[in-house]
Amino acid sequence: MSPRKLFEQELEELRQDVLQMAEWVQDGYDCLFAALEKKDGDQMRRYVRHDRTIEDMQRNIESQCLSLLTRQTPVARDLRTVSAALKVVTDLERIGNHLSDMAELFVRMDLPELSRYSPAFPDMVRETRTLIGKAARAFVERNMAMGQEAIDADDGIDDFFNRIKEDLVKELKKDGSDADGCVDALMTAKYLEKIGDHGVNIGQWEIFQETGEIDEIRLL
Amino acid sequence: MQDSKISVSSLNLFYGENHALKDINIKIRENTVMALIGPSGCGKSTFLKCLNRMNDLVDGVKVDGKVLLDGEDIYDPGVDTTLLRKKVGMVFQQPNPFPMSIYDNIAYGPRIHGIKNKSRLDEIVENALKGAAIFDEVKDRLKAPALGLSGGQQQRLCIARALAVEPEVLLMDEPTSALDPISTLKIEELMNDLKKRYTVVVVTHNMQQAARVSDETAFFLLGELVEADETMNIFGHPKDKRTEDYITGRFG
Repeated sequence: MSPRKLFEQELEELRQDVLQMAEWVQDGYDCLFAALEKKDGDQMRRYVRHDRTIEDMQRNIESQCLSLLTRQTPVARDLRTVSAALKVVTDLERIGNHLSDMAELFVRMDLPELSRYSPAFPDMVRETRTLIGKAARAFVERNMAMGQEAIDADDGIDDFFNRIKEDLVKELKKDGSDADGCVDALMTAKYLEKIGDHGVNIGQWEIFQETGEIDEIRLL
Repeated sequence: MQDSKISVSSLNLFYGENHALKDINIKIRENTVMALIGPSGCGKSTFLKCLNRMNDLVDGVKVDGKVLLDGEDIYDPGVDTTLLRKKVGMVFQQPNPFPMSIYDNIAYGPRIHGIKNKSRLDEIVENALKGAAIFDEVKDRLKAPALGLSGGQQQRLCIARALAVEPEVLLMDEPTSALDPISTLKIEELMNDLKKRYTVVVVTHNMQQAARVSDETAFFLLGELVEADETMNIFGHPKDKRTEDYITGRFG
């Protein structure tokens, strides 16, 4: 086997591992909100520790990237792929971390019905899920246009956050009896908004992977 | 664009029927290191030798086009090639010290150019050896034979010998390919130093070396200059797919 073939194979393994991590994060997202809907407390409690596995995946991919950098000293497209993978796993890990934080929050809130706090919640949950799905697929399939779609979808997520915040402020001014719940609901919205931001980053790293530019700034 | 030390336009070179360089156009900025990369036989060493007319010595060679050094065509019939090669020095792949003392190796060029004064020669020898980062290693044995030095020291001696005639441009043809990693590192650090005073053009097969030492990189393939750009661009996001394929090892 020529060295380049081995390298090629290792890059493919790296891609597959990023894909697997992205799928694991998205499965976590789906299961989390399914458990919330079904009011399945046991399932929810299990998801509090979901991020441990994600961290292991992150470390494994980081170690692969550093090994590739050391042994293969990649350049050009290969270098962009390896460095983008290093960044993307951080964003995926952050998403996983926010999901675990949300699971903890939902357990504390006793599995609330989010739409009670704001009618925008179901839409925000769905659209955020779509955004990170697109971002992850864009990166793994090297689809710049889809990466851009994920980036563009973030304005909508921010709008949802603002609407939910306004609804919660209104509720608190009207009746302070569920102030704890309102604050937790606001935190939930903030976690979703942050997850959207990490999805945007992943979309941007896909564009970097192809062009060497991020946010129209040349990095490489 | 007067900051171009060397400006090459429409340069073609034939070895008999073999069209070895095809319409090369490139500018080399003063006080920079330019790396020339490409597979064996791509013309990069031939191109390097055009810059001080070393190809004139090859039978059946035909060159046309312009190579301007400080705005003056070095292929002009009136050009004195000895003076040209004083201005544009060269270091080769295999260290090639003369079979004489360290001191005499360095003093050889200045003596040919008419410097006889002993203290002036001492000064030139010391400065050249310092410039090539080898003075401290040889200062106590300047009268010892140069062939007794290690390969890495011999190569730095050859660089010192090139510096002794006060060149403006230094051409290096795979200067470290016969050296161990420590000697290679010393030469690479030296290149970084040398560009403050000279313009350096280096042919290398070592891609990482090109990435480490050069400000600009030119990629040659089958006698063509495919792409020349800032080194960060060549190794970060080359414009031409052939460059990308070559530097990432996807060739062939």
